[in-house]
Amino acid sequence: MREKLEEALYPPVVALLVALICGDLLIMSYGQSPATVYRLLLEGTWGNAYGFGQVLYKATTLTFTGLAVSLGIRAGLFNVGAESQLAAGGFLAALLGLALVPTIPLVLAIPLCILAAGVGGGLVGAVPGYLKVRFGAHEVIVTIMLNFVVLALLNWIVAGHLNVSETLHTPEIRNGAIPRLDSFIPAFHGSAANLSIIVALITTGLLWLYLFRSRRGYELRAVGLQPDVAEYGGVKVGATLMRAMVLSGALAGLGGINYVLGYKGYYEEGFVGGVGFLGIAVALVGRNHPVGVVLAALFFATLSQGGLAIHALVPKQLVEVLQGVVILAVAMSVPEVRNALRKARKPVAA
Amino acid sequence: MTGPPVATEDPAKHAIRMAGIDKSFGGVRANRKASLEVSTGEIHAIVGENGAGKSTLMKILGGLQKPDSGTMQVNGRDVTGWTTSDAIAAGIGVVHQHFMLVPTLTVAENIILGMEPVSGGRIDYPKAVAGVEELSRETGLAISANALVSGLSVGEAQRVEILKVLYRGATILVLDEPTAVLSPPEVKELWAVLRRLREAGGTIVLITHRLDEVIEISDTITVMRGGETVDRLRTSDTSPAQIARAMVGRDVSLTSREAVVALGAPGEIETEDAAAATFHPSDDMTSAIRVTDLVVLGSQNIRAVDAVTFSIRPGEILGIAGVEGNGQTELIEALAGLRPIESGLMRMGGHDVTRKDVTGRRDAGLSHIPEDRHRRGLILDYSIADNLVLGLQDSYTNRGLLDGERIASNAKEQVAAFDIRPPSAEIPARNLSGGNQQKVVIAREMGRPFSVLLASQPTRGVDVGAIEFIHSELRKARADGKAILLVSAELNEVLSLSDRIAVMYRGKMTRVMRASEVTEESLGEYMMGTKRDSAA
Repeated sequence: MREKLEEALYPPVVALLVALICGDLLIMSYGQSPATVYRLLLEGTWGNAYGFGQVLYKATTLTFTGLAVSLGIRAGLFNVGAESQLAAGGFLAALLGLALVPTIPLVLAIPLCILAAGVGGGLVGAVPGYLKVRFGAHEVIVTIMLNFVVLALLNWIVAGHLNVSETLHTPEIRNGAIPRLDSFIPAFHGSAANLSIIVALITTGLLWLYLFRSRRGYELRAVGLQPDVAEYGGVKVGATLMRAMVLSGALAGLGGINYVLGYKGYYEEGFVGGVGFLGIAVALVGRNHPVGVVLAALFFATLSQGGLAIHALVPKQLVEVLQGVVILAVAMSVPEVRNALRKARKPVAA
Repeated sequence: MTGPPVATEDPAKHAIRMAGIDKSFGGVRANRKASLEVSTGEIHAIVGENGAGKSTLMKILGGLQKPDSGTMQVNGRDVTGWTTSDAIAAGIGVVHQHFMLVPTLTVAENIILGMEPVSGGRIDYPKAVAGVEELSRETGLAISANALVSGLSVGEAQRVEILKVLYRGATILVLDEPTAVLSPPEVKELWAVLRRLREAGGTIVLITHRLDEVIEISDTITVMRGGETVDRLRTSDTSPAQIARAMVGRDVSLTSREAVVALGAPGEIETEDAAAATFHPSDDMTSAIRVTDLVVLGSQNIRAVDAVTFSIRPGEILGIAGVEGNGQTELIEALAGLRPIESGLMRMGGHDVTRKDVTGRRDAGLSHIPEDRHRRGLILDYSIADNLVLGLQDSYTNRGLLDGERIASNAKEQVAAFDIRPPSAEIPARNLSGGNQQKVVIAREMGRPFSVLLASQPTRGVDVGAIEFIHSELRKARADGKAILLVSAELNEVLSLSDRIAVMYRGKMTRVMRASEVTEESLGEYMMGTKRDSAA
């Protein structure tokens, strides 16, 4: 157990160290002291309630998209479509929130809207799943292409039919809003953090249970590791891949509640803003383990929020560089990625 | 730096000299003190059963693998541990069993790939075609230089492969089981080409396990067994029986009794091990499995299994011998539900299971030891405990969740019963030795109720102790009234365990014979296809 943990932690820790060194060099190239900049970064994030709230808020969506990508990888699927699945989830949650009359109690309305988010993402995930199982279409291509299609479609619907005039967002939802944290803890005032984080943590726990304690999870991981052996073990490989793709999409879709139900109260064009893609990095750094994903989400959220805090000293793009370094370093050291690359390089037989 | 002169022998006489070659992969020793001597201008056959270390030795020769120890010389020059490009430059050309051609390019384009004749920055295609045609004429490897590779037959594709290495100036040609994919007339043509190359001064190393071919084409023979070079023979002074004896070995790993059987004296077992060997089920017993006119398609929709019919009674082992690639894999996979059955019937205990899937057949009492435990039998990153319930995951599930306690207690029992080492159920299967990995598969498939067992290469790549253990488990299962279909490339395994034996040759199954009426020679004739009275 201990060995396993060490083995799992090794690549991310090395990646962090590499990123730190690169960060030092970059900061010094701006004539600043790395210690000062890092202190500022921490103070602006974990050092005060507002900053911490923002970290929690950003980490919440990242947790969902990270879980989505990690579930896919566990099944041997590389879901690059979390971006559009997230948008579709947010959109469907907003639609239902608009449709539900305010008299329906929150305890009913919120779960329904959350469910809608999952369904939205799951539907988008079902397309590459079906195309892969039925026709062998590679999920990477399909999910990338589907990102364009789905985002354009949603934008068209919102801009053409659903927007509040002069804006690119829908009207505010009438029911299903998730309470913000500052309504319980006043210190969080002004931050977007909301109870979606509880949903994220519960989802994390359920996913862990699913992956490592359920029969379906046993089969899903078997398909991801050695599909031929899974088939020998009576696992329906196609159905398992389909299920994994739908679940992965649904997890990404759930992330939509954080912005739509918990923060703004409406769906807005472009709210996704790359969080779906960042989910890939979160999954890799988190080694595709639900707990690791949460920690990685916190890390990337801290970087992203910290970029704002250090903007006075160095360009905030510094943190994007650091993100990039972390992703590259982890990608090169994580066995999953190397396997995927090796598979991709396998030549076509004559 | 110049190497030490080869004192005792004339260096020019030996195209290849390899001595004391050791090579291990993980815990498996693929080559142990293996040696090879090939004289210039001869056709040299390397024979041995699967896993004897032939391919590893050739990979070392071709520079794909580095030996752990040992020395090698090519044309008198010390080349120990060289790279593939060194090997090519020195004139070694390896034709692999699996073709490495680009299907969308023409024959000429494939042949020149990597060393294209260029004029003015462009590939001089006419020159390439002319070069290929000239080479084709010289060697007798008839081929149309402008044909697309995708449209070629297997035999033609192989000619392209040979031309490819010759085009690169190979003078030492290594062919890895070249006839496995060829029809008899194509084999004849290949022999003609090889003889012509030999007359032109070329040296040819041929890997095969078809003895008839060895006798027909080779000048000298190296026999390998268990990673070692056990014999070096002059073809004109030897016989198929002598080669077979060297391949199987008298004093191998296996018990002396089995070795005796392997040498064609099956009568002796009955007195020694009467209980196990004389279980003769009465004819009125219903068969545990009955297969009728089974047809299974292989790659390119050829009939890999062609109208095979057999049945096995409870308490009986039916052994299937045959050179690999004659449909055994497809037969087993189809019976296990892993490959669609094109036509025919499969019945177990009187029930039709032809259309059942893997799980359905398992529920009907089928167990399956797959031929390749890494490809089919084990999730290498799963723990022993998790691997022990693979395929049974349904029965270890309570309301969707796996029952961890029952999985653990099952693992504890099986690990003890099948002596799996190390005796810790939590470590990943990957970390076990080959023999213990196979024991995990055996424990899973035989440590639960079943009526029919498909045992495919059950002892491949496992150590001596595990082989004996697995054989005794198979005998125990037979004594318990299980029906077992045993497929093995090891002749002595089939001969010593089976009650009845059949041979598969090009998808067809020969007459099923009683083990007592079978000799190694008669089996050999069936395996080579020189004798073929098919079943039913």
